[in-house]
Amino acid sequence: MTLLSSLSPAYAEIFLLVMLSVILIVDLFIVSYTKTLTYLMVQLTLLGCSLITVATHQNGIAHLFNHMFVDDLMSDVLKLLTYLSVSMMLVYSRSYLLARGLFTGEFLGLVLFATLGMMVMISACNFLSLYLGLELLALSLYAMVALQRDSATSTEAAMKYFILGAMASGFLLYGMSMLYGATGSLDVNHIAQVILHGAPNKELLVFGLAFIVAGLAFKLGAVPFHMWVPDVYHGAPTAMTMFIGSAPKLAAFAFVMRILVEALQPLMIHWSGMLTILAVLSMAVGNITAIAQTNLKRMLAYSTIAHMGFMLVGILSGTIEGYGSSMFYAVVYVLMSLGGFGMIMLLSREGFEADNLNDFKGLNQRSPWLAFMMLLLMFSMAGVPPTVGFYAKFSVLNAAVQTGHITLVVMAVLFSLVGAFYYLRIVKLMYFDAPESHEKINLQPDSSLLISINGLAVLALGILPGTLMSVCAVSVQQSLLH
Amino acid sequence: MNIETLFYLFAAVTVYAALRVITARNPLHSVLFLVLAFVSCAGIWMLLEAEFLAIALVLVYVGAVMVLFLFVVMMLDINIEQMRIGFLRWLPVGLLLAGLIGVQMVWVLGARETSAGMTAVQHAADYSNTKELGRLIYTDYVYPFELAAVLLLLAMVAAIALTLRKRRDAKRQNIGKQIRVTKQDRLRIVSVPSASKSAAAQDVVASDDHAAD
Repeated sequence: MTLLSSLSPAYAEIFLLVMLSVILIVDLFIVSYTKTLTYLMVQLTLLGCSLITVATHQNGIAHLFNHMFVDDLMSDVLKLLTYLSVSMMLVYSRSYLLARGLFTGEFLGLVLFATLGMMVMISACNFLSLYLGLELLALSLYAMVALQRDSATSTEAAMKYFILGAMASGFLLYGMSMLYGATGSLDVNHIAQVILHGAPNKELLVFGLAFIVAGLAFKLGAVPFHMWVPDVYHGAPTAMTMFIGSAPKLAAFAFVMRILVEALQPLMIHWSGMLTILAVLSMAVGNITAIAQTNLKRMLAYSTIAHMGFMLVGILSGTIEGYGSSMFYAVVYVLMSLGGFGMIMLLSREGFEADNLNDFKGLNQRSPWLAFMMLLLMFSMAGVPPTVGFYAKFSVLNAAVQTGHITLVVMAVLFSLVGAFYYLRIVKLMYFDAPESHEKINLQPDSSLLISINGLAVLALGILPGTLMSVCAVSVQQSLLH
Repeated sequence: MNIETLFYLFAAVTVYAALRVITARNPLHSVLFLVLAFVSCAGIWMLLEAEFLAIALVLVYVGAVMVLFLFVVMMLDINIEQMRIGFLRWLPVGLLLAGLIGVQMVWVLGARETSAGMTAVQHAADYSNTKELGRLIYTDYVYPFELAAVLLLLAMVAAIALTLRKRRDAKRQNIGKQIRVTKQDRLRIVSVPSASKSAAAQDVVASDDHAAD
């Protein structure tokens, strides 16, 4: 086997990095303001990556680069979904960013850097590569939030995001160094082996675990480490908010899986309890505080916190079904979040942000189709059957019930009932209130087609969730077999 | 003086310097204390037989990065007093929390044997630190090494994206345009009746001035 063919599991990453460099250089010679060529190249790169990921897929688990890179079914599935959501985010945000002069070659470059970071995180099998992938993603996100330099709120959001993100990285690194001290290894599988069969210092392990969970909670935005989420979601330009709220959640899921489930499975008795506290607090604070919000971006930020709490419920149940349903929840959440923020950008125009709840008043009279799509998205976020949000919540709770977390499940159901109030309030505003402005909605063909697909997908997946659910379950199961 | 005494000496200097970095009133002093912290860290690395890293730390951080820092601090007019507003107000809460966390950490870990029974590997005198580091970086650790390189590229792109400002009202020389200029662009000869000779001369001079603007 030659060197080149032995690298085949990482072809997608290599291709992306090469194309990224090409795009950065080509973009310098493009004077056009709309950057159509750069945009098309980025979309083609994402398409090429997905073709390569499918083509290089092989059964079983392949390790590369001295066991620092892993290619399994879960990483392939998550990567494909990441390409898809990055590509959707670009379609949604193009005209929004063009109107604000932010659709630059640097922005597109940062998006690709972040995508590479997510791919590295998804395929990491060593604390070193996990951390480097995380930083690659986080640094691109900080820069993207700060890209709108003339806006004071964006700059403030970027500053908060940067400082709290750096602190979270510090927590993670400190925890990782403790684990290294206790086990003498940074390798995910090796750490699990040492904890099971060796005699590591238990206090040191749990001490490190506490810092790692705190760092993860910061990155996920789980209460009580959630303070940055509303400010960053609100302050950043909506396109960047959409980006933060979509694909990185998939990478974060992979990150939690690799660290807590693959490396620290023997310590589950400890982290399961920590995650329970985080999950309950997140669902409580997220759903209750969201009621008081009048800004839709802020409301969706609190809803993210609540959704992350739900995702943790699946993980903390500690079974293969739990992890699978948690992955399903992450995928569904990304789909809903793309639709929700996409709607804000669709209704915005130059010099106007449709991010207040009042901007949605009477949307049914202005555009019945868009109102219907928003209705589907909100129903799904609230967990109303037959949309997919219901099934996602149901499967997570089902996994938790099977492992005996009855109190937790009761609380989760209660808080999601509280959450239904603010999602349904938007539906009420759209259908039963008079519109405040009769400004014509300026629709782009590509993004309005996409929002229709997005909204209908939420409905279709809710009626037929079987395929996606089994893909998630099988991929989690395969990646945990050693 | 044995190794252990040296370690505690360097460690004490590092901790003191790091504390002074955040407590010094003058930002210049902070930067200089940071230099001291780096140098004493390099000393600790030297004790660990990581000569290459120790020298790289001094060369790169002390020699290049901190000098740049000094320049930046001197260039910027930082109003320290304004940054200290609210510092004293929140200091008790911060100290309380930090103390609490510190006590908890000592409680969990303190007075226990925390090392996993691992001792440092002893090497012969002709062991080349630099060569081993190079071998590891380009074989076992090539993936994180490349990722770190991508991170640096990202930092460059992000820094340019955040600071490059194309100002439309900036006044610039267009050298190509200057060279391509012809006599007709600058000089306008107006034919006027010869009766008023002096006025015609003035007109030529005036249009010349105008073109030079």
